[in-house]
Amino acid sequence: MPLLELKDVHARYGPIRALHGVSLRVDEGEVVALLGANGAGKTTTLRAISSMTRTSGEIAFAGRGIARRSPEFAARLGIAHVPEGRGLFPELTVWENLRMGAVGGRRGGFEQEAKRVIGYFPWIDRRRDQPAATLSGGEQQMLALGRALVSRPRLLMLDEPSLGLAPTVVRELFAIVQRLNEDGGLTVLVVEQNATVALDVSSRAYVLEVGKVAVEGTSDELQRHEGVRKSYLGY
Amino acid sequence: MRRYLSVAVGPLLFVAAAAVVALLPRFMGEFRLLEFTLVAIYVIALLGLNILTGYSGQISLGHGAFVGVGAYVAALLSLGRPGLELYMLDPPSWIPIGNGMTPVFTIPIAALVTGVIGFLIGIPALRLGGVSLALATLALAVSFPILMKRFSEVTGGGGGLNLNLPETPFGWDISTRHWLYYEAWVTAGILFLAAWLLVRGRIGRAWRAIRDGEVAATSSGVNPALYKTFAFGVSSAYAGAAGALFAIETAYVNPDTFPVSLSILLLASAVIGGLGSLAGALFGALLYEFLPIYSQEPPIFSFHFADQAPSVVFGVFLIVIMLLLPGGVAGLLRTLAGAVRTGRFRRRSETSELA
Amino acid sequence: MAVPARAQRLELNVGPVLRSLVLGVGFVVGAVALLVLLGLVLTQTETAFSWSGYAQQIVSGLSQGAIFASLALALVLIYRTTDVLNFAQGEMATFTTFIAWSLMHHVSYWPAFALTLVIAFIGGAAIERIIIRPVEHRPEIVIVIVTIGLLIALNGLSGWIWNPEVKAFDSPFPNGTTEIAGVVISYQDLGVLGVCLATVLLLWAFFRFTTLGLVMRAVANSQDASRLLGVRVGWMLALGWGLAAVLGAVAGMMAAPSQFLDPNLMLVILIYSFAAAVLGGIDSPIGAVAGGLILGVLINILGTYVDFIGGELRLPAALVVLLIVLLIRPQGLFGHKVVRRV
Repeated sequence: MPLLELKDVHARYGPIRALHGVSLRVDEGEVVALLGANGAGKTTTLRAISSMTRTSGEIAFAGRGIARRSPEFAARLGIAHVPEGRGLFPELTVWENLRMGAVGGRRGGFEQEAKRVIGYFPWIDRRRDQPAATLSGGEQQMLALGRALVSRPRLLMLDEPSLGLAPTVVRELFAIVQRLNEDGGLTVLVVEQNATVALDVSSRAYVLEVGKVAVEGTSDELQRHEGVRKSYLGY
Repeated sequence: MRRYLSVAVGPLLFVAAAAVVALLPRFMGEFRLLEFTLVAIYVIALLGLNILTGYSGQISLGHGAFVGVGAYVAALLSLGRPGLELYMLDPPSWIPIGNGMTPVFTIPIAALVTGVIGFLIGIPALRLGGVSLALATLALAVSFPILMKRFSEVTGGGGGLNLNLPETPFGWDISTRHWLYYEAWVTAGILFLAAWLLVRGRIGRAWRAIRDGEVAATSSGVNPALYKTFAFGVSSAYAGAAGALFAIETAYVNPDTFPVSLSILLLASAVIGGLGSLAGALFGALLYEFLPIYSQEPPIFSFHFADQAPSVVFGVFLIVIMLLLPGGVAGLLRTLAGAVRTGRFRRRSETSELA
Repeated sequence: MAVPARAQRLELNVGPVLRSLVLGVGFVVGAVALLVLLGLVLTQTETAFSWSGYAQQIVSGLSQGAIFASLALALVLIYRTTDVLNFAQGEMATFTTFIAWSLMHHVSYWPAFALTLVIAFIGGAAIERIIIRPVEHRPEIVIVIVTIGLLIALNGLSGWIWNPEVKAFDSPFPNGTTEIAGVVISYQDLGVLGVCLATVLLLWAFFRFTTLGLVMRAVANSQDASRLLGVRVGWMLALGWGLAAVLGAVAGMMAAPSQFLDPNLMLVILIYSFAAAVLGGIDSPIGAVAGGLILGVLINILGTYVDFIGGELRLPAALVVLLIVLLIRPQGLFGHKVVRRV
């Protein structure tokens, strides 16, 4: 049974249709990449999963229907959604942001999880009392990732984590995502415009075009796929 | 054919309303006449408030104060210096009050003075944005009676100023009350048409653009601050005209005639009558005048509610209208009329510019 | 929305508690210096000036200001969570004060006080759930009008239930005065100041040290981000309204003994509190408290030492001062720059 499954999901913002029947699935322990150009519907797909937008169609998480519920419902089931722009609380400190990861649903064990996160991002411990607004873009992304981990998610959804970051930072970030997947068996659904990096990390990938899945396959297949190469990998 | 009809509906309704207003006095005693004269005055004040809130999207909790300013200006002008001296008042010589004017001429002057004052107050208040505007206007409403009492050498202080009821002019064979009734309604009619021209024209379009999105309006070349301040001035002028008529009609001004509750209930009436619709001012005015009477002594029940019942009813009305009918009474009627015309109900027609 | 990164980083590891402490001490020192300076000016202009009388005015100003501060904090609390000015805040406070007045006929002061706070909390939360929630996503102007409707209805209702005659309201503090360093201070002023500041401190501790407080601060920062972390934002908003109502109830019960109780008890206080909140920066809790205290002291000094203002023109004078401050610093003393919503 797949962990997450979307069947023919439609979504619209007012009169503008953003998704025209997206179907995809994510299995336990996988890293799945969702690729596509600007406006293809990648972010909307994640927002649909978190019920942050109006949808029709079926969305199931661990065999349970989660479409048209609420963002907090999805979060409490164990879906950690790191949105575009990271969704940090700028006025709260680094540590308070981290603590917020543990408040919804599955309580307890914060200290232990926080220790694990500090293992990945040692700077968090040193700068715990600094307001999140004063962090650099890469640090913000890492804090958002750390906060998502604190909630002990069954599925981690990352929306354009590389946006606005320097290439070395992007590589570092994706290396950590890969380690989380390999060491801890974390399931990840990552939306990216930077297809090169995303395909390196993921096992399978979907390419969205105008609100529909245009190509799908294993990451190796997609890296060899001529259309994908031309449009998204640039060679 | 149908198109011509719907274009003609507005003017036809206006003419019909005018006819009703003209004929009404035949069926009324002096007391009822007084009540309906007050309705005309509230129509004027609410037109101004509707221009401000309904069309330019700003909230004023201080319109009672502007009505008060208009009333005091009219009272001072029609009493003149000799009249004030009867009160043993000693206004400073730089205040330009002459020998007492014919009351009717004080109306445009009161409107102008109040409009200018409103415009001037609007400049700093609007620079500060929505929150501060609401605060500033509310503060104005609270301060007005205090100021009138404090500067008693001009205003007569807490005792207020008594005026004389004017004579019917031109040797017309109607009572003073009838004359005042027509005076108020003719003024209301003129100001209604003026408001109609204003909101239909270029300025009205700019106001609506600002109300529906200030940033977008700015990028299409409208200067929001200027237009908003202008709306504030115009609506104050309307309040001033209403105040002048109020002073003439009741022949008495006093600081406590214009308490905070006047300002707040005026806004409530404007909203319940229907924002963004000039006809809403009429419904709001009827409500303002008659709701207190009928909610204290409801016609169906044979007991007297507390004096506070009207404000409870007003408050609950206001909340319910906002929850269910953002277009107010006028919006509701328009939806119903639309339903009759097309034979079916459309939810929330174009009336609810607020929602 | 992306969090703007600042080029220069704060490597200095100052705890948030220490930081607010430093800010508070700095503020107090600055205020005292200003007051001393003003006193020195007054010694030159006022013939009958005495330092002890001046200090007395400041203390009673602080006590009045503490009431403004409580209500201003309530306004800021709701402004930060619901993004709207609650015009009914004063009437909610008056209504709960009437409830306290009724309770005090049956039980003694402090139990009635505590019971009133509980009722206020439930009432405030209920108002959010029942009346505000349906208009939550409508334009700001609609929510403001709803709170104005609430103001009108509650004002009428408290007059209807308890009749509009002026009532005496008990004070828990003794009537006499005490002398501290030559300054005569009434127990009344001291008590009001103490209760208001204790409430504010408790609230601050709640926000700073509890998980629930943290979650509420997060919701005030970003509702969407909170939702994605599993926070039930609706209940947090109701909690915010409940706490605001509690603050209002404290302000009402502290104001009632000296002002007497009638349905319009909090109207003028509400305006001072608005002014205090705007003065401090409408989105800043510290600003609201500081603004309230500043305003209280200011109107007392202006009213005492400026003959033209006297007793009657305190409110207009305070508003003129506010206007001047805002024209120089539109975001208020402690506020952040306003970002226009598109």
